[in-house]
Amino acid sequence: MKKTLTTTVPAALVALGLATAAQAEIRIGASVSSTGPAAFLGDPEAKTLEMMVEDLNAKGGINGEQVELVLYDDGGDANKARTFATRLIEDDEVQAIVGGSTTGTTMAILSVAEDAEIPFVSLAGAIDIIQPVKTFTFKTPHTDRMACQKIFTDMQARGFTKVGLISGTDGFGASMQAQCKDVVGDYGIEIVADETYDPKDADMTAQLTKIKNADGVQAVLNPGFGQGPAIVTRNYRQLGIELPLYQSHGVASDSFIELAGKDAAEGVRLPGTALLVAGLLPESDPQKPVVTEYKAAYEAKYNQPVSTFGGYAHDGLALVVDAITRAGSAEPAAIRDALEATSGLVGTTGIYTMSPEDHLGLDLSAFRMLEVKDGGWTIVE
Amino acid sequence: MRISTKYWTLLFLAALIAVTPFFFPSGYYFRVGSLLFVNGLAVTGIVILTGYAGQISLGHAGFAGIGGYACALAPVHWGVPPALAVVLGAAVSGVLAYLVGRPILRLKGYYLGVASLGFGILVAMVLNNERALTRGPDGIEVPDLGLRGLLKDWGLNLTNGEFWYVVTGICLLIGAWIALNLHSSPTGRALRALHGSEVAAGTVGIDVARVKLQAFVISAIYASVAGSLLALQNKFITPDVAGFLHSVEMVTMAVLGGVSSVPGAILGAGVLTLLPQVLTVFAEYEQLILGLVMMLVMIFLPEGLVPSILRRLRGRDE
Repeated sequence: MKKTLTTTVPAALVALGLATAAQAEIRIGASVSSTGPAAFLGDPEAKTLEMMVEDLNAKGGINGEQVELVLYDDGGDANKARTFATRLIEDDEVQAIVGGSTTGTTMAILSVAEDAEIPFVSLAGAIDIIQPVKTFTFKTPHTDRMACQKIFTDMQARGFTKVGLISGTDGFGASMQAQCKDVVGDYGIEIVADETYDPKDADMTAQLTKIKNADGVQAVLNPGFGQGPAIVTRNYRQLGIELPLYQSHGVASDSFIELAGKDAAEGVRLPGTALLVAGLLPESDPQKPVVTEYKAAYEAKYNQPVSTFGGYAHDGLALVVDAITRAGSAEPAAIRDALEATSGLVGTTGIYTMSPEDHLGLDLSAFRMLEVKDGGWTIVE
Repeated sequence: MRISTKYWTLLFLAALIAVTPFFFPSGYYFRVGSLLFVNGLAVTGIVILTGYAGQISLGHAGFAGIGGYACALAPVHWGVPPALAVVLGAAVSGVLAYLVGRPILRLKGYYLGVASLGFGILVAMVLNNERALTRGPDGIEVPDLGLRGLLKDWGLNLTNGEFWYVVTGICLLIGAWIALNLHSSPTGRALRALHGSEVAAGTVGIDVARVKLQAFVISAIYASVAGSLLALQNKFITPDVAGFLHSVEMVTMAVLGGVSSVPGAILGAGVLTLLPQVLTVFAEYEQLILGLVMMLVMIFLPEGLVPSILRRLRGRDE
């Protein structure tokens, strides 16, 4: 709270026109969902951005220029996100935007950024954001399609051909459900049961019983986000289902194990990022230094465990900083061109190599297949 | 010879809309202005329903959702031009309001509040779950209105923000004009009479159920047009627009400014649209401050800002 007060008061004075801040040469804007239903995404993202910019300025900024972060909370509302994007571009005159915690807010920011020709790095998952490629829009998280592919690759390796699907009806769950059904055929796998639940449901035993009784089902996949997957996992054990359970990258955090309970979560597999298993990575892993440094800094500053979502923001800002450094200029057009030429940038989520056709720049190798063992994560390879 | 209060109100509103842009330091203020006008339009509808007729609706966002999604879906699926989609959305909202309101408004008491609450939630659920049509909670793109391009061809080159400031400003003026006209029309008198006492209104020959239904349908159309304007200027819409919180927000805006007065309601919309923008640095305390403002207004100015302040001013004059 102390921190909030010291940063809030001067900022308030600026807003009221009572004080003029020394305008930094490089201004980066962000609109994330720090409050509201998507706060579990936006909160670590906002904290990560603040921490990184502070650190960057302490180290002398980018190319000797101090960096100013203009951060707004859109509460997960697409309409507000659009207003803040307009404000960032027209009023705060930022040179690049990082943000858009959810697909809805990202789509709202995207159209403003494209119109104003300001580079925008999104922190949301859906594949529609970068496909078809938009000139000024990039993103850091894997797409849900890639998560499906990673999971099905693992299932194929274990010889499963018939799986059950139980998905949340929220944006994340529904989008991933559709993507999984779209790619499942490539892996010779058949979906024999396809159930859904409302993200606010407190019990999924009915759907799970139906899946359990499906003909020949060998494994179950749960695309979902928030508390739903934890309830699915608990119900799954309560019903005594012995089949392997796969969760999505949407719940790749320690809080999932806590919510579901150590015993219920045992053996659950999901595709996650290197950040979640920083301590388990071999020394030779190129991502090891980046994730270890970020994890240590974040946990020391906020006394909270890092999450994949904060990692997305870390990579988003790192991409912009790298682009400005290489471009040697903070002109939006120059930043955009440099972003597109990003090559081998090591982030917490993966190693980014962008191209005019690919504004995500990650492949399946960025995902690690993780398994819960004794209440912690282990890497399955 | 004096000009009536109605024209003073409209004149003042028009002058305000026309003059303030000269003080705008950047294009962002046009965006905030047009949001304010869209909210003001929706809230003017609430004035007709709640302020004139004394009925409460907790589901008006549902109509905004219908208006908004009409602009997203009709042009893509049925080739309707976006401008006509606004009319289509308004027509659908009006018919639905008629169907929902007709049985409910024959009853006395708060049945309309409950029924409209259910209606709003149903619309939000349909928008969230009918993924094949609405693309679900992630939202859907809305085609461009096309008017700005047309104006450009005629040599009038406006930025997106300026264009929508003008369009929504004009729509708000028309909306306010209709609402103010209604106030002193026979229907408006009938509405205000039943607000005072339904029994008395019935005794003097007012068809209470029919007049209430008219107010409900008209206010639904206001909400629907506001939803359409929001969707068209954002070129993107999510089911949040039909959410329960948005319904409550509309009622709050109206009550804050003064639910029986059109300029009051627009002021309420203004305050609640601007406050979150001014308070961004206090984002964590935003809800707290909003709640406090609301409570203070309810305790000290129970009729809302504008009517209470006007009364004080008049009282001092006498």
